[in-house]
Amino acid sequence: MLAYAVKRIGLGLLILVLVMIAMYAAVFLVPGDPATVALGPRATPELKRLLIERMGLDQPVWWQIVEFFRNALTGNLGYDVWSNRPVSTLVLEALPNTLILGLTALTVALLIGVPLGCLSVMRRGTTADTIIGVLSVGVIAVPSFVVAIYSLLLFAVTLRWLPAIGAGEAGDIVSQAKALIMPAAAIALGWIGYIARMVRASMMEVMGEPHIRTARSFGLPEWKIVSKYALRIAIIPTISLVAVGLGSILSSAVFVEAVFARPGIGKLITDAVNTRNYPVVMGTVLIMTAIYVSITIAADLLIARLDPRVRDVFRG
Amino acid sequence: MTGSLAASNLSVRYETPHGAVHALRHVDIEAHPGEVIGIVGESGCGKSTLVTALANLLPANARIDGSISYNGVDLAKLDAHHQRLLRGDEIALVGQDPMTAFNPVLTIGDQLVDFQHHRKDLGRAQKRARIAAMLGRVGIADAERRMNSYPHELSGGMRQRVAIAAALLTDPGLLIADEPTTALDVTMEAQIIHLLRELRRDYNGIIIVVSHHLGVIAELCDRVYVMYAGEVVEGGEVDAIFHDARHPYTQALLACDPARFHEKLDRLPTIPGSLPNLTQPPSGCVYAPRCDRAFAPCVSVAPPLVKLSVSHMARCHAVTP
Repeated sequence: MLAYAVKRIGLGLLILVLVMIAMYAAVFLVPGDPATVALGPRATPELKRLLIERMGLDQPVWWQIVEFFRNALTGNLGYDVWSNRPVSTLVLEALPNTLILGLTALTVALLIGVPLGCLSVMRRGTTADTIIGVLSVGVIAVPSFVVAIYSLLLFAVTLRWLPAIGAGEAGDIVSQAKALIMPAAAIALGWIGYIARMVRASMMEVMGEPHIRTARSFGLPEWKIVSKYALRIAIIPTISLVAVGLGSILSSAVFVEAVFARPGIGKLITDAVNTRNYPVVMGTVLIMTAIYVSITIAADLLIARLDPRVRDVFRG
Repeated sequence: MTGSLAASNLSVRYETPHGAVHALRHVDIEAHPGEVIGIVGESGCGKSTLVTALANLLPANARIDGSISYNGVDLAKLDAHHQRLLRGDEIALVGQDPMTAFNPVLTIGDQLVDFQHHRKDLGRAQKRARIAAMLGRVGIADAERRMNSYPHELSGGMRQRVAIAAALLTDPGLLIADEPTTALDVTMEAQIIHLLRELRRDYNGIIIVVSHHLGVIAELCDRVYVMYAGEVVEGGEVDAIFHDARHPYTQALLACDPARFHEKLDRLPTIPGSLPNLTQPPSGCVYAPRCDRAFAPCVSVAPPLVKLSVSHMARCHAVTP
C-alpha cells in the first residue's frame, strides 16, 4: 500500500511538471510577446523593455521554467504584474471560496445522487425508476451557467430570497451560507443526475452477481443488500468519476463565479487572462493542477482502501 | 425446528419474450426430517429451478403452480416478506460456485455475522463466537484469523466449507446444497463430501443435494429423484436407483457414468439426441424421442407414474410393477 502511494505521488509530481511546461509552451506559441499584448500597441519600447525584464521574459524558456519551479519550491509563485502582490497570497485569498463552493456542490450531489441511484435499483422498472431516469438525464443536459442565470433571476431578482452576488459578509456564517446556495446548486444539479445514473448502472451490474443471491438466500432485507453488499462495490466507479469530474467542477466554478461575481479561483483566472497577467495565470494553474492531482491520488487510495482485491494487487 | 417437505404437482414456467419456458412440470417430491435427498439429472433438466423454487429465490419472470408444503405451510402462496423471513432461518442454501458466492469487499466474519440476522437474541460478540466454533467444525484451522480474511484470500475448497458453515449457522430445517462440489477439483470434492457426510450425523433436518454427478449422490443420499426435461422420471432409495433402475433414462444415465466402467473404452457412451424444446413440451413422454424402448403410446400419451415398491416409482409406459 505504501509503495503504491509513493508511486502514485511520484506520478502526480511528474504530471505537475509536464502541465507547467505545456503552459509555458502555450504562452510562447501564442503570437506576439506577452508584454506587447499586455501593454497594448501604443506602449513605448522603454515601457515594454521594463515589463519584459520584470516578467523574466528576456531569459531562455528552459531557464524560466527551472526558475519557476525553484521559486515554487520555496513558496514563491511570482508577482502580479499590475499590483506587484505575491501570486501565492492572491491564490490563498481566493482558494477557500472556490474550495467551499466545489466541495459543497460535490457533497450535495453525492448526498442526493447516491440515494437516488439506489432507489432506482430497488424500484427498478417502476414509475419511480423512470421518473428518476428522465430527471437525471434532464439535469445532466442543462449547463450549469444556465441554471446559474435562471436561478439568479428567480430567487434573487423576482423572489428576493437569496443574495444575487458576492460570497456573503466576512465573519457572518448565515450570510455566507445564503450566498453559497445558488452557486453550489448550479454546479451540483447536473452532478446529481450524473451520479444517480452512474450508481444505478454499476449497481444493476453488481446486483446480478452471485454473492447478492447468497445475501438474498440468507433472507437479508433488500435495503441492506443494496446499501451494504452492493453499494460498497458499485460506488467504486463513481469515486473515479467524481475524482476526474472535480476538474470539470472547478472549471464550471469559473463560469458560476463569473455569473455570481463571487470571489474565487475561477474569477482570479478569468481576470488574469483578460489582463494578460501571466504570473497569476501560471501560479493559479499550478495550484489548481496540484489540487486536481492530489484528489485523483486520494481517490485511487480510497478505492484501494474500499476494495481489498485492489489493495492486494498493489501490495505484491 | 424440523418438519416435512412435500412439493406436489409443482410447475414453474419462465415468461420470456419468446414465449413461456416450462422449466418444471408436475413435480412431486417429498422429504422427511433426517433424510438426505438427492436430485440428479443432466444440465437443463430443471434441478436448479426446483431447488430455487424450494428456497423461494425464483426470478421475477417465474410463474409457479402447485404447492410446496413445508411444515404445514404452503411456501408457494407466501408473500415475499414471509418468504424472506424463512430464508436464512428455516431454509438455507449452499450455492454452486464458492468462488463467487461471497461478497468480495467484506470480510468472511462480517458477512457471516450479517447472515445470522434472524437471531435477534444474540449480540455481535456471541455471533462471532458461533462463527469461530462453526468454522472449526467444518474443518477450518485458525478460525479467528480466517474471520478477518476476505473471500479472495481463501481457496475454493475453504470457501465452500465457509459456505456450508454459513448455512449451518442458521440452524435450518431444510438445507439445500445446489451442486456443492461441481466447481471444485476432485480432491476438494472428496473432502467436501466427507464433510457433508460427517455433518449429517448430528443434523436432524432435511438435506437436499443437487448434482449431475452420480457418485456424489450415491455417497451422500438416502433417496434420489432423477429428473429429465423438467419432470421427475424416477424416484426411490439410493440402492433401488443404482442397482434396479427401471426408467430407460435412468438406465442410460447410469450406463454413461465413467466411474462404473470396468475396462478402458475407446469412446465414452452417450445418450443420442438432445433435450426437447421446453417452450412446447411434448404431449407424450418427454424422453420418448431419445428412448430406445419407445412404442406407440409414448409419443402421444403422458406416461403413468408406476409404483414399483413403497418408495420406488417411475414415470414410464414400458415399466411394469
